[in-house]
Amino acid sequence: MTLPGSSQPQAAAIAGSGDALLAVRNVAKSFGAREVLRHISLEISSGEFLTLLGESGSGKTTLLRLIAGFEQPSTGEIWMSGERLDILPPYKRRVNTVFQNYALFPHLTVQENVGYGLQVSGVAKAEIPGRVTNALDMVKMREFAASRPAKLSGGQQQRVALARALVNRPKLLLLDEPLSALDANLRKQMQSELKSLQRELGITFLFVTHDQDEAMALSDRIALLKDGALEQIASPREIYAHPATSYTAEFIGQTNLLRAEIRNGVAACGSLRWSASQPAGAVLFSLRPEALHLAPDGPFPSDAIRFRAVVRQQIFSGSSEHLELELAGQVLRARIPARGALAGEQEFWFSPADAVAVQE
Amino acid sequence: MYSRAYKWIVSAPPILWVGIFLLLPYALMFAHSFWVVRDGMIAHEWNLQNYAKLFQNPVYLEVLFRTMRIAAAVTLLSLLLGYPLAYYMSFHANMRKDLLYQLVIVPLWVSYLVRGYAWKTILGSEGVLNGFLQYIHVTKEPVSFFLYSPFAVVLMLTHIYTPFVFLPLYASLEHIPRNLVEASQDLGAGSRATFFRVILPLSLPGLLAGATFAFVLTLGDFLAPLLVGGPSSIMIANIVQSLFGTAYDWPLGAAISVCILLLTISLLFLTERLEKRWSFR
Repeated sequence: MTLPGSSQPQAAAIAGSGDALLAVRNVAKSFGAREVLRHISLEISSGEFLTLLGESGSGKTTLLRLIAGFEQPSTGEIWMSGERLDILPPYKRRVNTVFQNYALFPHLTVQENVGYGLQVSGVAKAEIPGRVTNALDMVKMREFAASRPAKLSGGQQQRVALARALVNRPKLLLLDEPLSALDANLRKQMQSELKSLQRELGITFLFVTHDQDEAMALSDRIALLKDGALEQIASPREIYAHPATSYTAEFIGQTNLLRAEIRNGVAACGSLRWSASQPAGAVLFSLRPEALHLAPDGPFPSDAIRFRAVVRQQIFSGSSEHLELELAGQVLRARIPARGALAGEQEFWFSPADAVAVQE
Repeated sequence: MYSRAYKWIVSAPPILWVGIFLLLPYALMFAHSFWVVRDGMIAHEWNLQNYAKLFQNPVYLEVLFRTMRIAAAVTLLSLLLGYPLAYYMSFHANMRKDLLYQLVIVPLWVSYLVRGYAWKTILGSEGVLNGFLQYIHVTKEPVSFFLYSPFAVVLMLTHIYTPFVFLPLYASLEHIPRNLVEASQDLGAGSRATFFRVILPLSLPGLLAGATFAFVLTLGDFLAPLLVGGPSSIMIANIVQSLFGTAYDWPLGAAISVCILLLTISLLFLTERLEKRWSFR
């Protein structure tokens, strides 16, 4: 979408459409000759948990910093609640950030850190202690109110950083890989706490991560970035079930990419044939490992595409088996419910509905 | 583990060095301060006469206080010059950082004496400053109080010690994580509030170290008063120098030195404690 030279009222009308809290319109950012973001447009609804997902260097943190105000977009606009946001300095934006390394003020105690935003923005003195205590209760850190950040563990600092941002009642909370420095267990725990906090408070979260599991677990919608461009934006279920591109399909979960030739409504890939609605030509399909099933004891479903393949490798992981199958030089990965050792040639099937056409 | 012999060999040189060139002279100075001069000879009679003289003769205390006033002025001016420079370089200079840093450092390679004489040629009655003022008709005759005044001493020492103030300040500003500045802005603080609530408190250790440099170095300076000072700006080190030289009253000179030493040590002790309290990393 482009808004070339759009006059303000028009743009305001667009920004105000629907219940979008934040609208990023055609934003690009370059550092010198390096293009970090290319013409990104997306909207965040009020109360939504949106995740910016991508590898390092995909531009997700840059986009966050543009919204926070630490960087200026090279082109494009950012709107919040019908107001132009990108022209405001960071301290005038009703946006707060939880930084990757927490960025707690080392010379202030926990309660001074949490009260900082209230103090500098001139909240009535009498009101501050109560709000600080509330915020600390919210993240279960009240007993550490008088400690300095250096005395706290990573997880505790994380909570304080969260309280320090939330106490200002931002319209939008930006979280820059906030859990990446925590160990796996703590991370899982913080994930569920974050999610329930977000639901309770109804604050809109914009969360940056490179961890697709985290993105899946937390988000209402995921915006996948690749090389500074928006690859796909959709709910976790949607993006998993219907990846738009081969990159999305491989980045989110595992998949088999099948390069098929379509002729007369039939897709052909190696020895596999299945009916497809795409026009004739070369099409890339994504077929998730769990869409491949071992032949049933009873009859096959009516639309089943059956094939025989050699089990080359089998890895047991408790509830399921990860298989590597070979048929006519093609390698497929399958995930089936745990069912004991398999050997030699077996019969498998999949439903053509699970083969999703994706762009390269 | 290192052997005993190895530890001895490694630690002997510094211990000897400190013993011979630091502790021994201090001990001698300390001893001298309790002796007296009789008939042009130093008599080894232990007494407190020298210390009594220090407090009876108002000249010594007066000069000591003047020295401290000059040191305070130099410290303050160096901070006023050094802090904005360090702040600008650390936060806003970007590409020019290295060049500016070199420009600050380069004067340190020039001899103290050369810089002193440079001020003489600038401030003298036939000097650059007077010439300029007369040229633009601000003054008709050479202004005489530029040179040979406490003003000249403060000016020269400020010029010389500003880099000493700048360096620790710059280092401490460079160590402030930039995301703290961003966090402050993010929480609604403008640049003023961010400076006074985050940057200044976190730069206090460097500020203190720089101020201590300027103050202590000025306290012991005797060349600036000799070169550009004149009689009205005699400092305590000049008195010590003349007592050890022409006046040949080593015991009194030693007593004054002991006082300055105690002053300096307590100052260093105090600032060290404060620096520890103000550093949070």
